[in-house]
Amino acid sequence: MISRLARWFDSRLGAASFARKSIDKVFPDHWSFMLGEVALFSFIVLVGSGIFLALFFNASETKVVYEGSYHALKGVQMSAAYRSALEISFDVRAGLFMRQLHHWAALIFLGAIMAHMLRIFFTGAFRRPREINWVIGVTLLLLAIFNDFTGYSVPDDLLSGTGLRIAYSVLLSIPFIGDWLAFIMFGGNVPTQVTISRLYGLHVVIPFIILAILTIHLMILWRQKHTNCPGPGRSNQRIVGSRLWPVYSTKFVGLFFLVFGAISALAGLIEINPIWLYGPFNADSVSSGSQPDWYIIWLEGALRLFPSSDLSIAGHTVPGLFFPGVLMPLFMFGIIYFWPYIEAKVTGDHSVHHVLQPPASNPVRTAIGFGALTYLLVLVVAGSQDVAAVAASTQVDTLRTALRILVFVAPVAVGLTAYFISRLVRKSDAGAA
Amino acid sequence: MIKAVCSLVVSIAAAAAFLVFYWNDMGTASLGVSLALAVAGAGAGLVFWAHDLMRDEEISEDRGSLASTEEEIETFLESFTTGEKKIARRKVLGWMIGSAAGLLGLGSISLIRSLGRSPLPVLFQTVWRPGTRLVTPDGNPVPATIEQGTMMTVFPEGNVNATASQTILIRVDESKLRLPPGRSNWAPGGFLAFSKICTHAGCPVAQFEKTVNILLCPCHQSAFDVLRGAAVVGGPAGRPLPQLPLYVDSDGFLRARGDFSQHPGPEFWNRS
Repeated sequence: MISRLARWFDSRLGAASFARKSIDKVFPDHWSFMLGEVALFSFIVLVGSGIFLALFFNASETKVVYEGSYHALKGVQMSAAYRSALEISFDVRAGLFMRQLHHWAALIFLGAIMAHMLRIFFTGAFRRPREINWVIGVTLLLLAIFNDFTGYSVPDDLLSGTGLRIAYSVLLSIPFIGDWLAFIMFGGNVPTQVTISRLYGLHVVIPFIILAILTIHLMILWRQKHTNCPGPGRSNQRIVGSRLWPVYSTKFVGLFFLVFGAISALAGLIEINPIWLYGPFNADSVSSGSQPDWYIIWLEGALRLFPSSDLSIAGHTVPGLFFPGVLMPLFMFGIIYFWPYIEAKVTGDHSVHHVLQPPASNPVRTAIGFGALTYLLVLVVAGSQDVAAVAASTQVDTLRTALRILVFVAPVAVGLTAYFISRLVRKSDAGAA
Repeated sequence: MIKAVCSLVVSIAAAAAFLVFYWNDMGTASLGVSLALAVAGAGAGLVFWAHDLMRDEEISEDRGSLASTEEEIETFLESFTTGEKKIARRKVLGWMIGSAAGLLGLGSISLIRSLGRSPLPVLFQTVWRPGTRLVTPDGNPVPATIEQGTMMTVFPEGNVNATASQTILIRVDESKLRLPPGRSNWAPGGFLAFSKICTHAGCPVAQFEKTVNILLCPCHQSAFDVLRGAAVVGGPAGRPLPQLPLYVDSDGFLRARGDFSQHPGPEFWNRS
């Protein structure tokens, strides 16, 4: 049977040699290499659950009066989009499960991408010849963040509506073109009648772009072969691992099911984004203690910490929002994008690397990585400073002042600590060897 | 062997349970747990199968060179330049096709203009006019009898959906007012009206701390001193909330003297 099928294909595609090389391909094994696979698998779960949800969701801002089975909102005026999200949650069989599966898969998707990226960064896997895949990977991260934001916004609940207003204001703050940009993106002064349907259109289209770029990402990985952890017999010339067929491929499929299972358990047991509690979007209300999803909260934190600073230039205004909302993230992602080139330029190391570095063996890079993570962590705390101030029973003003200092001091302190610990570890490793 | 078998038994049982739960509409938790056990059981079964039952040998293989040989590169470049010369020979045609493509590109980029209308003057407009009556979100006019310390959201009469015109009405002790110059008659009886849209990032400024007369934006914690014309006293906002001048009409209802003192909402480049 297999033999007949193989011959049928080969006589038409001549693929036997390629297929033989493929199933014999050697893949190195390490737990941290699975992070990217987790991202890939949650993407598959996202697409599957997303197709289900798309069959029920109605991206319309037409005002309707709710008459569904959730009693607390009966008779309340809301958009058709919000009503259809309620219907999915309460009236569609398995609908709430699918919504929670989709949301949890999205959070795990982003978490896995970031963890994967940190693994690549701290082990130097982005070095030549893998700079291209680093740049492609950062692009995938940005697309994933953007698409999560669109998905978070389309149910048109009060919490996500607040996020949209802020996103609009950030776009509006860009010098010269901000007003046009915001009006083109949102179709006018928010809230508009077209925002939800536009964001929904993007939310459905972007996964195809992600899929295309992801395919290129994997093809390049295939072509360049995976990196190896350092160890006996591993070098820039030799790759050590197990063959794709049958062990590696069986484990690969097994891991997919394990990830799928974990997301299903979360979706079944832990409530996420209960939009019925937030209520429908209403332009003159906001729930206090509003928090965006965690992957964007650092940006929210920057908006909260940056001091009052509207600038006047020749009769024009540069809103204070522009610096933390646009300039800072552009600068940050600029550095992330060009990191492989910056590092090669500074160290003068332009040679090919297929063997990974333990983080401790490169103290400077490790210090910079930990400093950057600390910076983001301080911003995350700032992004929930109102909640944090209540929790710490202090004034928001006091906490804000403390965080404004901490955002400069903590990254340096943690970076230096990471630097010295790395050097100690490197030294003791060298001593042991 | 035993681990793989156990995992797959769990998987089969849970898959059957999932079917039963779904067809009986048993709810989110039962669906989640049964599906989780079904797929994770299968996953664990496969991993155990691969790990325990297939002989996994570690292979060491030559990576080979990614880069081509110098000769291969030369051959490629030769083919390419031979072709390129044929194109380059007709420079004029090249310029023409380039211009057509460029113009078409501009044309297709221009299409984004369809997505939005001109932001000016929309960003400056509200529907407050001299004499417009203040109404609650339900459309009821506001009498000048509400108590001190009250905060409410009001709209221009007939436009309760005009979100750019949403306004906070607060009554404070008139003797404590320290409004900017030129606003002495804007707050009759201690009635103050400000745009409800935060000048920082556009959130509704929804919290009023009446003991200290501070308006607080719940999004980024900008604080505005109500008595001093909503001047910024904390947080990231760059300018005061625009004030709506008020008067009390002969029937005892609150009305606007005109539009806000400045345009409402977050700041932008072309604001003047």
